[in-house]
Amino acid sequence: MLIELTDIKKAFNQGKPNEFWAIRGVSLRIEQHKVTCLKGSSGSGKTTLLSMIGCLSRPTSGRITLGERRLSGLPERFLTDIRRHTFGFIFQKFNLIQGMSVLENVMLPAYPLGLNYTRLTKDAYRLLDHFNLTSKAENPVEWLSGGEAQRVAICRALINDPEMLIADEPTANLDTRLSEEFMGLIDELRRSGKTVLITSHDPVVFDSPVVDRVIEMCDGLLVER
Amino acid sequence: MIDLIRKQRYLIDFTLSSLLRRKGKNLGLLLVYTLIVFMLASIMLFTHALRQEAGMVLQSAPEIILQRMVAGRHALVPADYLEKMGSLRGVTDKKGRLWGYFYDPTVKANYTMMVDEARGLTAMEVVIGAGIARAKGIGIGDYISFRAYDGDAFSFQVKEIINPVTELVSSDLVLMSERAYRATFGVPDGYFTDIVLKVRNPREVRKIAEKLSMRLPDTRPILREEILRTYDSIFSWRQGIVFVLLAGAILAFVIFAWDKASGLSAEEKREIGILKAVGWETADVLRMKFWEGAVISLSAFILGYLSAYAHVFYGSATLFEPVLKGWAVLYPEFQLTPFIDGLQVATLFFFTVFPYIVATIIPIWKASITDPDAVMR
Amino acid sequence: MLLNPAIMALVLVSAMVTMMLLLASGFAIQVIRHWDINSGSERQLELERRTYLISTLLTWSFVSELISLLLFVYNAESMSGQFVGAMCATGVLNVNEWGWPTLLLKIVIFFCGTSWLALNYLDNQGHDYPLVRWKYTLLLLIVPLAVAEFYTQLQHFLNMDPDVITSCCGALFSADAEGVAAEVSGVEPDTAMLALYGTGAITLLSGVWYARRRRGGVLFTLSGVAAFVVALMAIVSFISLYIYEHPHHHCPFCILKSGHGYAGYLLYIPLFAATAMALGSGVMAPWKNRPSLAAAVARDAPRLAWLAVSLFGLFYLLASWYVMNSSLVMTGVWW
Repeated sequence: MLIELTDIKKAFNQGKPNEFWAIRGVSLRIEQHKVTCLKGSSGSGKTTLLSMIGCLSRPTSGRITLGERRLSGLPERFLTDIRRHTFGFIFQKFNLIQGMSVLENVMLPAYPLGLNYTRLTKDAYRLLDHFNLTSKAENPVEWLSGGEAQRVAICRALINDPEMLIADEPTANLDTRLSEEFMGLIDELRRSGKTVLITSHDPVVFDSPVVDRVIEMCDGLLVER
Repeated sequence: MIDLIRKQRYLIDFTLSSLLRRKGKNLGLLLVYTLIVFMLASIMLFTHALRQEAGMVLQSAPEIILQRMVAGRHALVPADYLEKMGSLRGVTDKKGRLWGYFYDPTVKANYTMMVDEARGLTAMEVVIGAGIARAKGIGIGDYISFRAYDGDAFSFQVKEIINPVTELVSSDLVLMSERAYRATFGVPDGYFTDIVLKVRNPREVRKIAEKLSMRLPDTRPILREEILRTYDSIFSWRQGIVFVLLAGAILAFVIFAWDKASGLSAEEKREIGILKAVGWETADVLRMKFWEGAVISLSAFILGYLSAYAHVFYGSATLFEPVLKGWAVLYPEFQLTPFIDGLQVATLFFFTVFPYIVATIIPIWKASITDPDAVMR
Repeated sequence: MLLNPAIMALVLVSAMVTMMLLLASGFAIQVIRHWDINSGSERQLELERRTYLISTLLTWSFVSELISLLLFVYNAESMSGQFVGAMCATGVLNVNEWGWPTLLLKIVIFFCGTSWLALNYLDNQGHDYPLVRWKYTLLLLIVPLAVAEFYTQLQHFLNMDPDVITSCCGALFSADAEGVAAEVSGVEPDTAMLALYGTGAITLLSGVWYARRRRGGVLFTLSGVAAFVVALMAIVSFISLYIYEHPHHHCPFCILKSGHGYAGYLLYIPLFAATAMALGSGVMAPWKNRPSLAAAVARDAPRLAWLAVSLFGLFYLLASWYVMNSSLVMTGVWW
């Protein structure tokens, strides 16, 4: 589905002396089956924009549409519902829950959906198998190496079979070799028909041939090229 | 519908593993919680069992006791009052009773002395309560002596020791023959301590009592239902007093629970942030947190209640006896009849689980509204 | 009397519930004043989060009200030994003029609560929360009930005078006495039976009609409420007699005792649940034309109606079963 943003603005601490506009009017179309990279230094507003696209937060003003549906103005309850069926997330620090097994971490996003347990575990194992993690399934996540943790995070993002993958600074905690490996995985996902949106200020990412489009951001605005 | 149940199962599953991941913190809470339930449940079970016991004892008591009052004080009743009251419809039996108290300085205790003609005791025999037997270290066939009103000492042979099932009231009891009683206390022939009447139909009791106080104006009828009523309110009153005293403890527990629920560790905050980010909704987190509360409450409630049960019915309520039973040297040793009732459990629930829930609602809500994009900042 | 633990618990609960409702209504007022679903402002986001708190507070309040309704009846039952003339809950409720109003308020709050929760559930299905102002205004109307219940209950317990000779079910529910209870007991059993099965038939038919045709939801709810009131009257008028197997014992509480096989629970639980669900589908039904709610109304209201119909059906079956299997025979006396 096509995502379209029209004049998106986002403010924090509205009405207070420390009011701050993180996004100051962004209009953007994100195409399907492509890898798009939001590039920019920290504080440029790329993560805020990403979280609004991913239905993690709502814009203060402006309009976001996902296909035919208007997302802005939807309460959190409905945003979450759209989010868990449409988006999968990979975070900078992987954000796996310590003390739980790899398998449980992967299945976590599906818990509130109340799916059949056998089917869910089967799906999880299929993903883990695909990313060469089957042998680690029962291990607690603390035992994983950085690259493995990254792959578990990808599995978790894919468990609800989303159309779109959103990754926030995915390579920040990885060395160059692992970063390149990660971009390889992204390429594979794109081929399988997923839309991918990445934020990064890592050249390994935005210079990668995998990325179809780079959008640069600065101070809450797009930098026109 | 099935989805809904499955969803709850997933949430409970997550809750249990999350509780296990924070054993230390939750164990502390569980311990305090269990202790609160234990204390309150012990008091409830104990007083309730006492009330039941008292009720059981009173079952066989006469419906009406008639006392003579002289200048506002309880005085001996002349035997001719039995005739003076005339025939009263509904009264199946009436007779004079002889009883009193005796202070035994050797064990520093009061005995309840009663005449029991039905046992066919000779003038030299007595039946004593188990408490006396224990305090004096005597058994069947041994002799016990009482100092009479005029200074003489009379010895009696113990014919029997009252069976300990009803020990709560019979512990300090001495049963003797009428002759022995009159000789010991100097109560002249033709006088009784009081008069008891048996009435078959409970609805007639009040009417009869009314007639009695008209025909014998210097007497006071005491009704069994009045005694039961007084017992009832005294026991719940005592229970209430202890509860009020424990209100401080409950309040402390509530504050503790509030604190535990609102003082989330950085780790827990991060976890909730992750859950929200990967697609859990606020309501899902709320539900998960309430399952957590439910698991803790249920465990604490069951653990506390069971240990209170054991404490009261198998351990003779060792911790509370002095407060609730009143002091007596001839302390009865007894096993209460186990008794649980719904009202008590519901009341206990409202004193423990309910405040816990109320105290945690706002902290839980605060935790659950964590921004889904918090983990990205 | 206040030192009785069950009484302390009841007072505590109604105080806490009142407090929670007051807290919730404070938030509700803010929502009513500032709500703007189209805004993405921080205040709106904050208000949306508050709605979760309000829902939670209310759910717990109404659940506690339900348990406290049970506890109130239990407690009245157990205190009957402490009052001259009281043999069951009736006598204790009669100890002063506050007893019955308290019970009535508890029942009313229970039904208001379940209806509100149904409305809240429905509203949460609509992506623009179309009923937000409505439901929070309704909430503000429930709060005074809770305050009133707290007050009457407290008065009931404070004014319990053990010296008062109260009248129990034998006197209150007898055809010769005066007052509402006596009127109800005095209702001719054949009239009561006719009314019971009449309202029952209307309720069941309109329920099935609504569930299948999606029409007449309000009619179903109204007849459901009527059926509830008539059913309570019928219990006093003749069903209880058959359970007690006694031609003059008209008590709605004694059937809760073990001596009568807890028949009361088997009757009251389906009856109350059915009425609550009929009310629930009734508050949902009128919103079927709201675009964002249409789907939810079409799915959930008939579902509730089906449940209500089956529970009503269960109640009528059980009531009839008790009447038919009783060894009390009133043929020739009543019919």
